[in-house]
Amino acid sequence: MKRRSLFLNTTATMGFIFLYAPMIALVVYSFNKSKLVTVWGGWSLKWYGELFRNDQIIDAALLSFKIAFISASVAVVLGTMAGFVLSRFRRFRGKMLLAGWISAPLVMPEVITGLSLLLLFVAMEGAFGWPSGRGTSTIIIAHVTFCMAYVAVIVQSRLSQLDETLEEAAMDLGAKPSSLFFLVTLPLIMPAVISGWLLSFTMSLDDLVIASFVSGPGNSTLPMVIFSKVRLGVSPEVNALATLMIAVVAIGVIGAMYQMRRQAKLIEKQT
Amino acid sequence: MSTPTGSAWVEGSGSRLAKYNLLNRISWGRFSVVAVPMLWLAVFFFIPFLVVFKISLSETAIAVPPYTALLDWNVDEAFINLKLNLGNYLFLFEDSFYIDAYLSSIKIASISTVLTLLIAFPIAYMIARSKPTTRALLLSLVILPFWTSFLLRVYAWMGFLKKNGLINEFLLGAGIIDQPLIMLQTDFAVYVGIVYTYLPFMVLPLYSALEKMDITLLEAAEDLGSRPATSFFLITVPLAMPGIIAGCMLVFIPAVGEFVIPALLGGSDTLMIGRVLWDEFFLNRDWPMASAVAVVMLIVLVLPIMFIRNSQGKEETV
Repeated sequence: MKRRSLFLNTTATMGFIFLYAPMIALVVYSFNKSKLVTVWGGWSLKWYGELFRNDQIIDAALLSFKIAFISASVAVVLGTMAGFVLSRFRRFRGKMLLAGWISAPLVMPEVITGLSLLLLFVAMEGAFGWPSGRGTSTIIIAHVTFCMAYVAVIVQSRLSQLDETLEEAAMDLGAKPSSLFFLVTLPLIMPAVISGWLLSFTMSLDDLVIASFVSGPGNSTLPMVIFSKVRLGVSPEVNALATLMIAVVAIGVIGAMYQMRRQAKLIEKQT
Repeated sequence: MSTPTGSAWVEGSGSRLAKYNLLNRISWGRFSVVAVPMLWLAVFFFIPFLVVFKISLSETAIAVPPYTALLDWNVDEAFINLKLNLGNYLFLFEDSFYIDAYLSSIKIASISTVLTLLIAFPIAYMIARSKPTTRALLLSLVILPFWTSFLLRVYAWMGFLKKNGLINEFLLGAGIIDQPLIMLQTDFAVYVGIVYTYLPFMVLPLYSALEKMDITLLEAAEDLGSRPATSFFLITVPLAMPGIIAGCMLVFIPAVGEFVIPALLGGSDTLMIGRVLWDEFFLNRDWPMASAVAVVMLIVLVLPIMFIRNSQGKEETV
């Protein structure tokens, strides 16, 4: 028994090293003075300065944040609607179709989604003159389409775990469907809605393939700029950018954990 | 299902709240809750595939957009001319390049899925057997990389694997090798990249399956004289099967159509169909050919996956 747990711990620890070593290396080398990534030239914040002076990266980052914010917000509304229909409406023919369509983006390779949306936009422009050219709006439409699927799945699974008696009580007391949803159901599924938003935001911020297909000239998102830079080789500015991103995510995750632990303690005290 | 009173009285629905809408006549609110997401998906998800199919049957042309129209009509001379070009599909099957690319995508995705499973299993097992407080910490350590940029995580490996990268420097310095290993721009790098980026997708479903497992079963087996390895394969693995299947699907599906990882870590001879489609579109500007590649990919790879997923979903609800 002892030997097995030693074996287990060693392999699992190696797994964690595998997960974190590349990220730690990125962070360390972002503080490297030397431009050669493998040569250590001493600690320096030089690349952070370069990063903030690089207008191309800053503009792309702002554009990406804008796109991610709008896409996540629209996707949450549409995805919550779809998730609600899937778990709370009685079976009808359209529901099966909706269930199929909403789960399809989850298994669709990004290259196909990107290509098909681009061809749609081109065909629509030819037929009705809209969208005239491609840019921010077409990227947002594309991101909403694949993010809403994830939101729908999260909301649906939360709704299926939910105790239905609260909703039934409200209904028995005569709540209208709209107030039933906004006053009872929505507050109950709020954690799922928030995690759906965060997931959509991250995925939109991270998407390279679909955005490359549907964006137009002069509308490069952050992943597109990063990709064109790193394709040619390792870039110290990108290391600095990666470090900032890792820091933000780490703070977010630690904050969420802390919050969860506090809530767990509160519940413990109450019981 | 812990609903105390059965839900049999609303037939054909999974939810007792189905009376929600039985009670209410069709209202605008209810109608739009269904119609808005449906319409969005119809326009931006379903119709695009019809467009792709249509364009896969046209010919490439030097024009904007760069393909020929299927339908020609002229009212004055009163003719309609429908021209379907199957040449793209014939070419797909004639040129072994495309068939090789499909097969090689499946091969690379399968091997990396198995490797991911082998690495993820001990991690998931250790987390499931650890104390509840450390469990939360370890789980967030697994999830954290998932929230950081996928592109940057792939990029991190470029610095590790390249000729004068960290791994080679370390091995040279330790005297284990005397020539730097060529790792970047090989299939090996693609495997590492896929395993690395999709590891959390495998650990989480495995963990949730292993966490539910009743550990006394293993003790009982031991008492009855079963060796640990036998218990592992006869008890733990079958009980973890739902997690293994879910995790493998979550890794295999995105890996098979992957573009970023072969583009950044793979060599020029690393064939993956996602990359072929990308090059056909962005480098050759052959939109009809890219569409034909997409249609075949959809039929050969995506539809079977959706079919398997659906049949599994049904099994779970039964």
